[in-house]
Amino acid sequence: MTRKKKRMVMVLAGLGGLAVAAALVLTAFEQNITYFYSPSDLAEQEVPHDRNIRLGGLVAEESVMRLDDGVTVQFVITDLASEVAVTYKGLLPDLFREGQGVIVEGRLGERGLVADEVLAKHDENYMPPEVAEALKEAGQWRHGEDGQ
Amino acid sequence: MIPELGHLALILALFVAVVQGIVPMVGAARGNPAWMALARPAALLQFALVSSAFLALMQSYVISDFTVLNVALNSHSTKPMLYKISGVWGNHEGSMLLWVLILALFGAAVALFGGNLPATLRARVLSVQSWIALGFLTFMIFTSNPFERVFPPPLDGNDLNPLLQDPGLAFHPPMLYVGYVGLSIAFSFAVAALIEGRVDAAWARWVRPWTLLAWIFLTAGIALGSWWAYYELGWGGWWFWDPVENVSFMPWLMATALLHSAIVVEKRDALKVWTILLAILAFSLSLIGTFIVRSGLLTSVHSFASDPQRGLYILLLLCIAIGGSLTLFAVRAPALKAGGLFAPISREGALVMNNLLLAVGTATVFLGTLYPLFADAFGVNVSVGAPFYSVTFVPLMMPMIVLMAIGPFLAWKRADLAGALGRLKMALAVTAAVALATWYLHQGGPILAVLGMALAAWLFLGALSEWAFRIKLFRAPLADSLKRAWHLPRAATGMTLAHAGLAVAIAGMTASAAWQSEVVRYMQPGESVEIAGQEVRFDGVVASQGPNYTRDVGHFTVFAEGRQIAVLTPENRLYPVQNMPTTEAAIRTTGLADLYVVLGDPDGSGGWTVRIYYEPLVPWIWAGSLIMVLGGLVSLSDRRLRVGAPARKRKTALAKA
Repeated sequence: MTRKKKRMVMVLAGLGGLAVAAALVLTAFEQNITYFYSPSDLAEQEVPHDRNIRLGGLVAEESVMRLDDGVTVQFVITDLASEVAVTYKGLLPDLFREGQGVIVEGRLGERGLVADEVLAKHDENYMPPEVAEALKEAGQWRHGEDGQ
Repeated sequence: MIPELGHLALILALFVAVVQGIVPMVGAARGNPAWMALARPAALLQFALVSSAFLALMQSYVISDFTVLNVALNSHSTKPMLYKISGVWGNHEGSMLLWVLILALFGAAVALFGGNLPATLRARVLSVQSWIALGFLTFMIFTSNPFERVFPPPLDGNDLNPLLQDPGLAFHPPMLYVGYVGLSIAFSFAVAALIEGRVDAAWARWVRPWTLLAWIFLTAGIALGSWWAYYELGWGGWWFWDPVENVSFMPWLMATALLHSAIVVEKRDALKVWTILLAILAFSLSLIGTFIVRSGLLTSVHSFASDPQRGLYILLLLCIAIGGSLTLFAVRAPALKAGGLFAPISREGALVMNNLLLAVGTATVFLGTLYPLFADAFGVNVSVGAPFYSVTFVPLMMPMIVLMAIGPFLAWKRADLAGALGRLKMALAVTAAVALATWYLHQGGPILAVLGMALAAWLFLGALSEWAFRIKLFRAPLADSLKRAWHLPRAATGMTLAHAGLAVAIAGMTASAAWQSEVVRYMQPGESVEIAGQEVRFDGVVASQGPNYTRDVGHFTVFAEGRQIAVLTPENRLYPVQNMPTTEAAIRTTGLADLYVVLGDPDGSGGWTVRIYYEPLVPWIWAGSLIMVLGGLVSLSDRRLRVGAPARKRKTALAKA
């Protein structure tokens, strides 16, 4: 093979690799991206029940309830305009508290969201930007509060 | 007074950087030896100045000088000394200072050990290194001065985030930084070579040890970080595809590719343009990593305060550094002479495949990491998590692992694939056996687990067979084989170790992903729960006091076949200064599996929620990483790669003559 032909082989191999990767990435994006919603979004929009979503907002005051099995927790996430009930089985993060901004990930069920992950940031003054955004949209954001 | 001296040292370092960035470069262009020679003392002076600044900041932390804003915000008088010191880099300003310190250290190392470099190349490398320092020093001095004073000084500090008060995390950032910044040397060499218009085997021999050093530290730093996440966050996971993990992983992937392509440049004088590009990209990804995460553009546990002014400066700096070097590359790269020819099936061909797969893999991680940023610009709020990477990155790595076992058997230039596979017969047979055994033992389990274990076995045995083949194990008398093993180039032994280490780590990753089991339970003292054939009894919780926190210590007794085998004491801590709780998991490891216990919340009447994991083979992930680091170190000690080795050889040759 001549130098030129060899270079062509290399270039084609490279392009082939990129094509495979692009195909993988595109199909993966389609299926594996998690969209973020606020409680108001859930109230207004049609949200698919067959895939994971993220929901962010404040844990409503006096809404956290532990079921009899001791490990299932129910609480309400609010952006102070709408509310969504959340069920979660497992250990809550250290900084999970009522009034705190959190993000939960899971699927929508018959009665609210069934979460398989609860994220609370590791800093008590921290507000996840998504939650701050959701609160702003709901017209409930007061600057200077909650540390941001 | 001391903080002002530190600030002054930083400003002086900035001036030195300006001089070092211009004079030697101009000198190299004009062939003025005196101007070029300025690079070495300037690099050493710059290091001396930056280290004085760093020591000044450290001093303020050690004596808890709360008149310094940075100390007041990130330290506290009751904090243990180790964390007072690690607090220096546990914040934005201090971590930038550490970055510049390591950058200057590497510059000084080139100045000291670069005696055998061609004078023009050395001058240019040190100048480029100084441009990078210049960018960082101006950034620090104008937007993030660590020595800012506060008046009136607070009575006590705000303390360091308790999550960061951990021995594992005290050393994780410096290690990662040595890795990130170590790649700056490869970058400087690449840019200098582009300006010089020449890349040859000697250039590659120079770049390789520096890249290897950076790679070793990156490997160790990433492993340490994931280990920390595993035992400190209490989620039983060790890798979350979090943006901050990804940005340290991408330079690692690129450094790995660079290490391999530099071999081709050195041995075969081919792939030069590509290697230069890799060196530029590897360091660019380090820059992006440091900045994007630290600046708070991406949400992560690691992001420090975000500030629009900083963000703009960072964006500008990234544009100049990355855009500039890539433009230079586009202009100058065609001038580099293409080197040796090779057939697709050859050692070079295998290394090209390795590079291709690593580069494409990096691209998928890059897309996944930055996609949320782009989407955000269009008002869509998304997150990309583990499921994305397990269908993009993981499948791309599989063919690479298959090739990794075969590649070392291939000859340079043109190779005999059938012959190579013939030598891997044993490995292939055992791999098939491992795959069948895995499938049989875990019927109905995920097929990926069978594949993962098979790949791990294949790579491990492939690496060992190559080593055995080289020393003629079982084909020559044992004494002869041992002699061969002793005389084997250290780089070859290093490769075997690094490849085998990756195999061990892959086994650990696969097993933990496929066979982790978990129990979440509400328990009263005296109650027991069974997991993976072991019985874990909850004995109760005792409160006590730590140096700067209060804690609840849970007591668990573990029984296997009726015999007590361990007592585990997970803790929940509360750091009163920041009013922040943390979880300390208790882990019992047998080397083959971990039993991992986390204490949850009390219900007020003596009961607690408890989470217990059984994690098979997880320790292998870090054992494998350790073997990889060891392989890197052994390879680094190879005399051909030893920094300054050619100079010594020349001297002895002269002495003989």
